[in-house]
Amino acid sequence: MYDRGKIIIGLIIGLGLFLFPFYYNKGEAKKVPEAVLTDKAKAAKQCIEPKEFMRTDHMKMLDEWREGVVRDANRYYKSGDNKSYFMSLQVTCMECHSNKSKFCDQCHNYLGVAPYCWDCHIEPKENK
Amino acid sequence: MAMDRREFLKLTGYAALLGAGGKGAFELLAPGEAEAQLKSVPLTAGKKWGMVLNVSKLNDAVMDKCIEACHRTHNVPNIGNPKDEVKWLWKETYEHTFPGQEHEYTAEKYHGRNLLVLCNHCTNPPCARACPTKATWKREDGVVMMDMHRCIGCRFCMAACPYGARSFNWGDPRLAPKELNANFPTNPDYPTRTKGVVEKCNFCAERIAAGQLPACVEAANAVVAGAMIFGDLDAAGSEIRTVLREHYSIRRKSELGTGPNIYYIV
Repeated sequence: MYDRGKIIIGLIIGLGLFLFPFYYNKGEAKKVPEAVLTDKAKAAKQCIEPKEFMRTDHMKMLDEWREGVVRDANRYYKSGDNKSYFMSLQVTCMECHSNKSKFCDQCHNYLGVAPYCWDCHIEPKENK
Repeated sequence: MAMDRREFLKLTGYAALLGAGGKGAFELLAPGEAEAQLKSVPLTAGKKWGMVLNVSKLNDAVMDKCIEACHRTHNVPNIGNPKDEVKWLWKETYEHTFPGQEHEYTAEKYHGRNLLVLCNHCTNPPCARACPTKATWKREDGVVMMDMHRCIGCRFCMAACPYGARSFNWGDPRLAPKELNANFPTNPDYPTRTKGVVEKCNFCAERIAAGQLPACVEAANAVVAGAMIFGDLDAAGSEIRTVLREHYSIRRKSELGTGPNIYYIV
């Protein structure tokens, strides 16, 4: 084999670079971010559906809302406990959860998802 | 009672006739009867929304007010450059609004006179046919609606629309020049658009749903009563139908077969 020395050194360096992130983050799991509730959200006690459902299914719900409002002109959502809500991410959701960076972004960043809602929908002004 | 085959078939035939002919026949035979009962339709339950513009009552100042109200309500940016401009409601000269109508003896007051133009919410919208993703479609209540989530920015609709009612976002509307767009986005309850989508007048679908008149109609009528009328063309007793009955009105390029639903009283 020609240039054996160079190739082996190159392989070792390459492998080292590849494994470096694993070594660097060894033993410490990144803390799972906790969604922070605003005072208004805390006072309401419950979101429009139970917390567990919202945690796992909010994206599906928002997708259904978007479909319902834009395409079927159906603007009201009937929750499990028979209350009616105006279906709007920008108006209804963000009224309580006005802390987008602490409520939405933290988790989304942690999970590496980048929803494009805010390209168009206007995020609430936060006092940072 | 014993029933033979012939008798049974006759009986079912009569029953079917009665069923089909009962209520349905009454409605078929007396058109307008059901319509006449609907004196006024609540703003949330129109069947065929339309608009009348009374040209003589719309001067430049009033038109500017309408445009401002519209663009403010829907966060339409002022790009400050006619090549990239975004517009839902705008002014067009008489010659451009009604091409082919002008002649050398046209009343002088119409030469270069501005008229207010917008999406015609056509009965047979060519934009909706051109759209490959159904991002634009005709709603059952007549509004030619856009779903920005689906728009891929191909601009087929812009090519298809004979009224130039559609604008493309060449850039992020939020990056529009600050000096031309104070406090943009102006309406925190309505989204902006993003780079790469087409947009146009939505007949204030979100306001109609809340029982309000479109922003331009409200703004115009606040200055001159009866300058613009919005209503259900399907309801014979509605104000818009009364106005159309009493005045001669024209539509833009109706010869193309698009069936525009914006009427001009000139």
